[in-house]
Amino acid sequence: MKHRTFFWFFLPTGLAMLLFIALPIVSVLFQSVHTPHDAVLVTVENCGPFGCKEETTIDQEATRALRDAEPLGKFVGLQIYFDRGHLAVSEVAEAWRSTDSISGFLSEINDLPFYRAMAFTLTYTFTVTPLLIVLGLMIALAVNSLNRHLKGLVIFFSLLPMIVTPLIGSLILFWMIDSRGVLGSALQYLADDPTLSLKASTGLTWIMLIVYGVWNSAPFAFVVFYAGLQTLPQDQLESAQIDGATRWQRIRYVVIPHLMPLVTFVALIQLMDNFRVFEPIIGFNAEAHATSFSWIIFNDMGGETRLLSSAATTSVLTILGVAVLLTPVLIRTWQDFKGKT
Amino acid sequence: MKFTHIALASSVLAFAATAGSACEISARVNIVGNEFPAIHSVADAAKECTGGEVKANLTADHQKINVAGMTGNPAEYTSAIIANSSIVALMNEDVIRPLDDLVAKHGDGLQKTQLITIDGKIMAVAFMANAQHLVYRADVLEEIGVEPPKSYEDLLAAAKMIREKGIMENPVGGAYKAGWNLAQEFNNMYLGHGGSFFEPGSAKVSINNEQGVAALEMMKSLSEYMNPDFLTHDSNATNTEFRAGNVALMNMWGSRAATLADADGVVQEVKDHMAISGPLTVAGGSDAASTLWWDGWTVAKNIPDAEAEATFIALTHGIRPEMLNEETAPQAVWLIDGYEPTDAAQGVFEAVQMSTSPYPMLPYMGLLHTALGAELSDFMQGKESAAQALADTEAAYTAAAKEKGFLN
Repeated sequence: MKHRTFFWFFLPTGLAMLLFIALPIVSVLFQSVHTPHDAVLVTVENCGPFGCKEETTIDQEATRALRDAEPLGKFVGLQIYFDRGHLAVSEVAEAWRSTDSISGFLSEINDLPFYRAMAFTLTYTFTVTPLLIVLGLMIALAVNSLNRHLKGLVIFFSLLPMIVTPLIGSLILFWMIDSRGVLGSALQYLADDPTLSLKASTGLTWIMLIVYGVWNSAPFAFVVFYAGLQTLPQDQLESAQIDGATRWQRIRYVVIPHLMPLVTFVALIQLMDNFRVFEPIIGFNAEAHATSFSWIIFNDMGGETRLLSSAATTSVLTILGVAVLLTPVLIRTWQDFKGKT
Repeated sequence: MKFTHIALASSVLAFAATAGSACEISARVNIVGNEFPAIHSVADAAKECTGGEVKANLTADHQKINVAGMTGNPAEYTSAIIANSSIVALMNEDVIRPLDDLVAKHGDGLQKTQLITIDGKIMAVAFMANAQHLVYRADVLEEIGVEPPKSYEDLLAAAKMIREKGIMENPVGGAYKAGWNLAQEFNNMYLGHGGSFFEPGSAKVSINNEQGVAALEMMKSLSEYMNPDFLTHDSNATNTEFRAGNVALMNMWGSRAATLADADGVVQEVKDHMAISGPLTVAGGSDAASTLWWDGWTVAKNIPDAEAEATFIALTHGIRPEMLNEETAPQAVWLIDGYEPTDAAQGVFEAVQMSTSPYPMLPYMGLLHTALGAELSDFMQGKESAAQALADTEAAYTAAAKEKGFLN
């Protein structure tokens, strides 16, 4: 494509990206270094059905004057980034000084909301992503070797988990794994332990969320790999067969290298998706056991007293996290691209 | 059965609309509020008004949308139905208007106790009172030969006997879902122990003390008699457990007591033997381990005066004495003229008589509530000590209060 043609072709997309992606990120960055003004508090008398009481309230006149003077709020620099809700610099330093073993230090750190969310988010991302790629590949290979009359039906059923919205899917499973639900009761019977409850233990909740994540995303990997399998070089496969390669050797040395660019693609998309895990935590009511960065943002924005600066800061940190996470995959993609040209 | 019920209700409504005071409004009304039967009844009565469209969005997520929905100019919602906790968020953002002139013009039917005045200005009109109190199974207590408990200590003893007799494995219910519900249970228990949340006249929190630890220890002891999934059970899920006959004793909202036994599939013994009584005390104290609430409505600030007037007229119509009938009267402890308490109201009435503390209307109480909801679950799971959980809560609250400008 000529550069000029490309420019006009890309312009609308570029403008939309600037407007809907770049500008909001700038706005979030801006909000994360500002906080609301100091509240001017006054003591007043409140009366209601249960009598009168002296209580504190916000002096709206005085607060409005402050707001009008500085409409953006109070500039605080990186204060929110370093407070206890986020990087918790002073708490981490204190934990480092006061503990004498690594495990003691880690358990202190795990008490801080940001690091606790990070522990779950990273565990989730780095177990779900490889598992769903392997599972997706296995399903794709299995479906590809089926009789063609069966294929349509099996493909349809394999895709079902992806068709269900994550929130609805997790809610349905939430009730099924309840200690009085179908799956929960079955597990209690199998484990011969009537007190077994998946929702009451942190370890089991994590496993449940990870299994759910793999179940929900494997169809995506499956579809991509299945499409890739339709373009397999038949002559290579045949010559490998003539040379006496087993089925496993053909997969290992012909099929997987052929699918490698697709594996990179799936890994890229799924790393990003899994890093912002959110719906299963809400659906499974799992916030007592597992939280994620997205959940923290939701919690800050949804509360009665909204912590918008805090939510903005967590958003910026999430964007940075995604960038770090994707760097190796992006470097690999770039090298592949350069290698081809 | 269901159909005749609906038909009866609508004919009552139709009768009220024709025979009762006519309601004429001239502008739009749009209400946002929580979702339970009493609020539905108020909104339905407000919808009888003619001349302008009356819409209502009643949802459990109301607190997440009401501030945003009233901030624009003109605001999307002309009224938010709130309680003494959630009015604070609207006051903090300055999105509701004083109602003095409207009360003078259209508020003849309202009683003095219904008017919520803050700093001398009427900011809301209350229509019901609410509190958490004991709901129990009379037949189960009879079987073990125990009087209905008056304190949490009695409740624990009864729960122990129920389990030992093999009647129920987890006889205690409680809305202990991590987040808002768990924090509210702590508030109740902490006030029952005589604690106070903040240093007097300041936004500085002080809950990491003897009363705080004792409150948490009691919650832990109760949770040992609950369904092991208690950290995922909100008041809806707890009611479901009670309806299924799995629970014999629980601390539950008065606004849910009247309708507790009428859902589909409620076990017959639960229907026949459900009983309620006042809130429990704890640790030998005389203060109820509960909080008093009122629910009421507000009018948005950023709307034309015509809409504010229409909203006031429609909602005053929604809570007029004639809206009380056989169906609506048991739904709540109404603060409306002419309301005769029904059996279902007994628990809340006892709460009022025991001079239970009202939920504090402080600008920073919401931040503490949120911090409690997030930080207490570790203790409830046995992962850390009570003092550690309270220290974490204080730290989380302090960070949030600094960000919001309440603390320096």
